[in-house]
Amino acid sequence: MAGALRLAALRLPQIALTLLLLSLAAWFAIGLMPGDPVSLSLMADPRLTAADVARLRALHGLDQPLTERYLAWGARLLRGEFGYSRLFAQPAVAVLWPALLSTLVLVGAAVLLAALAGTGLGALAALSPRWRRPVDLLALLAQAVPGFWLGILLIILFAVQLGWLPAGGLPADGESPLRYLILPVATLAFGQMAAYVRHAATALSAELRRPFITSARARGAGEGRLLWHHALPNAAVPLLTLLALDAGALVSGALVTETLFARPGMGKLLYDAVMGNDYNLALLALLLVALVTMLATLAADLAQRWIDPRLGE
Amino acid sequence: MTRLRAGLALLSLLALAALAAPWVAGWLGQDPFAPDLFARYAPPSPEHPLGADELGRDLLARLFHGARVSLAVGLAAALASALLGTAVGLLAAWRGGWVDAALMRLADGLLALPALPILVLLAAIDPARLGLPRGAAATDMLRITLILVLFGWVGVARLARAGALAILASDYVRAARALGVTEARLLWRHVLPGLAAPVAVAAALAVAGAILAESVLSFLGLGIQPPTPSWGNMLANAQEAVFAAPLAALWPGLAILLAIAGCSLVADGIARDKH
Repeated sequence: MAGALRLAALRLPQIALTLLLLSLAAWFAIGLMPGDPVSLSLMADPRLTAADVARLRALHGLDQPLTERYLAWGARLLRGEFGYSRLFAQPAVAVLWPALLSTLVLVGAAVLLAALAGTGLGALAALSPRWRRPVDLLALLAQAVPGFWLGILLIILFAVQLGWLPAGGLPADGESPLRYLILPVATLAFGQMAAYVRHAATALSAELRRPFITSARARGAGEGRLLWHHALPNAAVPLLTLLALDAGALVSGALVTETLFARPGMGKLLYDAVMGNDYNLALLALLLVALVTMLATLAADLAQRWIDPRLGE
Repeated sequence: MTRLRAGLALLSLLALAALAAPWVAGWLGQDPFAPDLFARYAPPSPEHPLGADELGRDLLARLFHGARVSLAVGLAAALASALLGTAVGLLAAWRGGWVDAALMRLADGLLALPALPILVLLAAIDPARLGLPRGAAATDMLRITLILVLFGWVGVARLARAGALAILASDYVRAARALGVTEARLLWRHVLPGLAAPVAVAAALAVAGAILAESVLSFLGLGIQPPTPSWGNMLANAQEAVFAAPLAALWPGLAILLAIAGCSLVADGIARDKH
């Protein structure tokens, strides 16, 4: 327990520093993007005069240098004022919160599916040599298939040709959200599955060769019990490490999947905000995504130590 | 060995396709850039073996031409990542101390971040504000390559550092130092060759990562801009036409799949040969 606290005490300042540096870098990157909010309203309304533009720029503080605007923005953020989203004409928090929930549901379901299916297939390969090659091939395929392509193919097959599932978007009132989750979750989970298959197969076949397995088998334990009760707990540590490393990759994958299936999650929100010049929202979304990713990694590290206390020593 | 060979064969085939793109276009009698509005979404036919896209451009000719863009960006980004990563890894292992700590914390930080959201943000930067021409294909490719290198060097650097640390602790390095070999020569002649295998593995994986990232960014409309074809922006166009021409989505994705599978096989093969 003390080890876990020490790890958290070590990591949290690192996370805060990373976020600070990221916000700084992103702020200046955004300063290099085409157009600002005022140039957008200029395009929308050609009657604006040069004096109006200057007044609007001053109103939004856009006439100040980038550094000063960053400091003012950071100070507001620390006071808990997250500002507004121009794109959605709402407080940023009201936009970010549902998007984060939607992404967590999508990613959570995908992780669960990928880990379960991957570990199952890996166990199959570890137990029976006959299945090793097909499972290997499937893992290679899962690793190489670009997620967004798989998504398009699934849309073409299940939404366009067969018409079984919706191609994307959100359920209307009273409709079950489950049907709208199937294709995105399958898309995201398939690619993620590859690593679990490989690690589970390697770790389980290594465990199954150890003397305590032979001894358990000699005492008459069945193969299934050997696998799930004796080998899997030991093989779980590398799988959890994988989960920790995956957190970032999953959020990244969610961006493409959400854009493809028009799901209003964090990834799509960030993409729309960047495309729509909604810089405040884009920055907040980026920082929130990074924060969630790093906290997920920390949580996985803590879980790893909980399972194998030797790691903390 | 078979994996390495299969991977190399796949990648050579794709490289050959990229090199042969102009001849393929000439042989088909199709210009990959010229619109032909009478052939919009034309189904596969002798004239258009894979059909035509939303502007009536031949898909096969564009697919071959897209190989040039996708492979060039992938190889350039991976090569630059490998060079930068090896240099950083070697420096960190050799200097140790705070240099090592600073470089590796930077690597950890980059690795902990969700890459794609940041790539999206970076890809939206206006090249005109940095004094580069906007919209030119060469600028797009350079821009995407630079963005990919920003994250690509990390994996190489970690592997190179681990390898270099092991070599620097070995007896033959101590012997070489005792014989009075200069540090520069030591690193160049004794440490660097030992890093070839891990760096090759990391570079092969970096090629796959770069090809995938380029196609994702182009798919999102932030990478290579049409009319220049890349496998990613061809898929983006195909996605809008899933009803009119569902087959158009098949080929660019298959090409990306083969390129990534080739790189994974090569990386796997090298890693296994070492053991």
